[in-house]
Amino acid sequence: MPKTVKLMQGNEACTAGALAAGLKFYAGYPITPSTEIAELCAEELPKIGGKFIQMEDEIGSIAAIIGASLTGKKSMTATSGPGFSLMQECLGYASLCEIPLVIVNVQRMGPSTGMPTSPAQADVMQARWGTHGDHPVIVLAPGNVRECFELTLRAFDLSEKYRVPAIVLTDEVIGHMREKVELPDPADVKPVRRAAPKSPAGYKPYAVESDSATPLMAPFGEGYRWHVTGLFHDESGFPSNKPEVADKLLRRLMAKVEKNAADIEDYATESLEDCDIAVISFGSSAMSSLSAVRRLRKEGKKAGMLRLKTIWPFPETVVRELAGHAKTIFVPEMNLGQLALEVERVVGCRSRVVRVGKVNGELFRPEEIYNAIMGAK
Amino acid sequence: MSDALKYFRQDRLPHIWCPGCGHGTVTGALVRAIERLGLDKNKVCVVSGIGCSSRAVGYLDFDTLHTAHGRALAFATGIKLSRPDLKVIVMTGDGDCTAIGGNHFIHAARRNIGITTIVMNNEIYGMTSGQYSPMTPKGLLGTTAPYGNAERSFDLCELAKASGATFVGRGTSFHVPLLIDLIEKALQNDGFSVVEAITQCPTYLGRKNKLGGAVEMLNWIKDKTVNAKAAAALPPEKKAGKLLIGELHNAPAPEFAGEYGELIGKVQRSFENIKGGLWECASNSD
Repeated sequence: MPKTVKLMQGNEACTAGALAAGLKFYAGYPITPSTEIAELCAEELPKIGGKFIQMEDEIGSIAAIIGASLTGKKSMTATSGPGFSLMQECLGYASLCEIPLVIVNVQRMGPSTGMPTSPAQADVMQARWGTHGDHPVIVLAPGNVRECFELTLRAFDLSEKYRVPAIVLTDEVIGHMREKVELPDPADVKPVRRAAPKSPAGYKPYAVESDSATPLMAPFGEGYRWHVTGLFHDESGFPSNKPEVADKLLRRLMAKVEKNAADIEDYATESLEDCDIAVISFGSSAMSSLSAVRRLRKEGKKAGMLRLKTIWPFPETVVRELAGHAKTIFVPEMNLGQLALEVERVVGCRSRVVRVGKVNGELFRPEEIYNAIMGAK
Repeated sequence: MSDALKYFRQDRLPHIWCPGCGHGTVTGALVRAIERLGLDKNKVCVVSGIGCSSRAVGYLDFDTLHTAHGRALAFATGIKLSRPDLKVIVMTGDGDCTAIGGNHFIHAARRNIGITTIVMNNEIYGMTSGQYSPMTPKGLLGTTAPYGNAERSFDLCELAKASGATFVGRGTSFHVPLLIDLIEKALQNDGFSVVEAITQCPTYLGRKNKLGGAVEMLNWIKDKTVNAKAAAALPPEKKAGKLLIGELHNAPAPEFAGEYGELIGKVQRSFENIKGGLWECASNSD
């Protein structure tokens, strides 16, 4: 089958990526700038026997996709800041109970209702730490429309593989931007399926072979008759108050992501090898950043660019390699320094980290980043 | 009980409920209704929220899901819509269902999705030790109502009916044969069914309000209820202030997950070639 070339919007590409991954269940609540994803799912899913439901709120939306995921269906919701806040409760549930699911968060200006619907990138920390308690989560950040397709597909793969909720963190610009996208040949797309047990006999839902392993997941309705609870549980799935059980479970949940960071981390680089000015950015800010970096290169400055496609787990190794050889690291983002905090943590005092934040609801213009770099003392 | 025991995870017993609690009676009634209908254990899924009542699911030998506070019906909606062939049951309490979960409750009823909801109404938050709930009668004491509950309470069955539930009944832990009958009928209804089961909480509601132990509270429940059929023939003064028990509403209507399935069929028939849509979906069968 020939490759398809299409003019697509970011939200549309996210939906196409989800369908390519095998999406069969979508539950959501209307919120700009994510609504196109719900609208397209409502239209496309019935055609393939999938299900769409518009829930009464975002709490219900994530709850419903957890329920559907437990029946073995690949499930997704999409939202923006205010809705994402409401989802935090059940995001923690999915982390603890190890339920695969994907949330697309098309970020807008906050806090609160904020500036509907101007772009922002201020949910970096909410995506990581929004729910209570230590918990694992995977967050991917597309930098263009094509990546909306790729990274939504990848979010499903990672979520199914590690049984960790995966968040696709886009923003209003990426979500509503239209670009020419070349979609892969469907025959070349091999989505990951969660590993399932072979028979109900002796099934222990949370039994694992190592302290960072992902257990086998049985679908509901197939005779396994297992128990899922948001209480800390032992390998049988039933609640336990034993300190050693809690400790072992939580450390394993975190280790699933930490020990597999190399598999999960993804980024793009340009002219990074010899740079002494580095720019680290993501999403729509990275588009403007790249223009600034290329202009600096043309002018003979040793500027380089690291664009993060995985935000969480934070790609520490590549950032640590930059420390020292890049004298100054600029972090443009549409917030007041959330990603920069992580860069500072990893780089320490080996490079100077400069926060370049923009919070007026407008996308960076390349010259703003250029000027910030040129103007830095 | 021996036959009903097969629906329990007997290795998970004894339960965590206090001596004299009515939740075990309601759980027993559910299991007996399931037994009467001969439901396949592998095709029943029981979902609960948070609270004393919601612990019931851990003792039952089905696929069971103990969810977040108030969210049982939303999780259950995902399961039922995804797998309409499963019998989906929600076990919840008065606080879980009508306070934090109130919105999910009215919308599940509105959709008439095929979920049987058993609300164990002990008129108090037991798990957190005795705060008033939206079902605590006005004037009763709770730890957060030290001078008597100043709020009005819900009539849950009226709420369910008004929201669109197609089967509604109220039973109690005193009237056990009635409760089993009601749950059996609720399970047979295709759409959204609600059975409110008034139960006694001697530990908190009883102690705080000097209502006595389990036996006294069961009599208290008996005295404040009247059978809906009998009530029709009673003079108004004999019904005043009493809650009706029995089948209160039975109006079958098309069930949501089934209707959505029909919609899928219609959509698929109207698209001769569904390939080449937003994505070549047919290639991925999962």
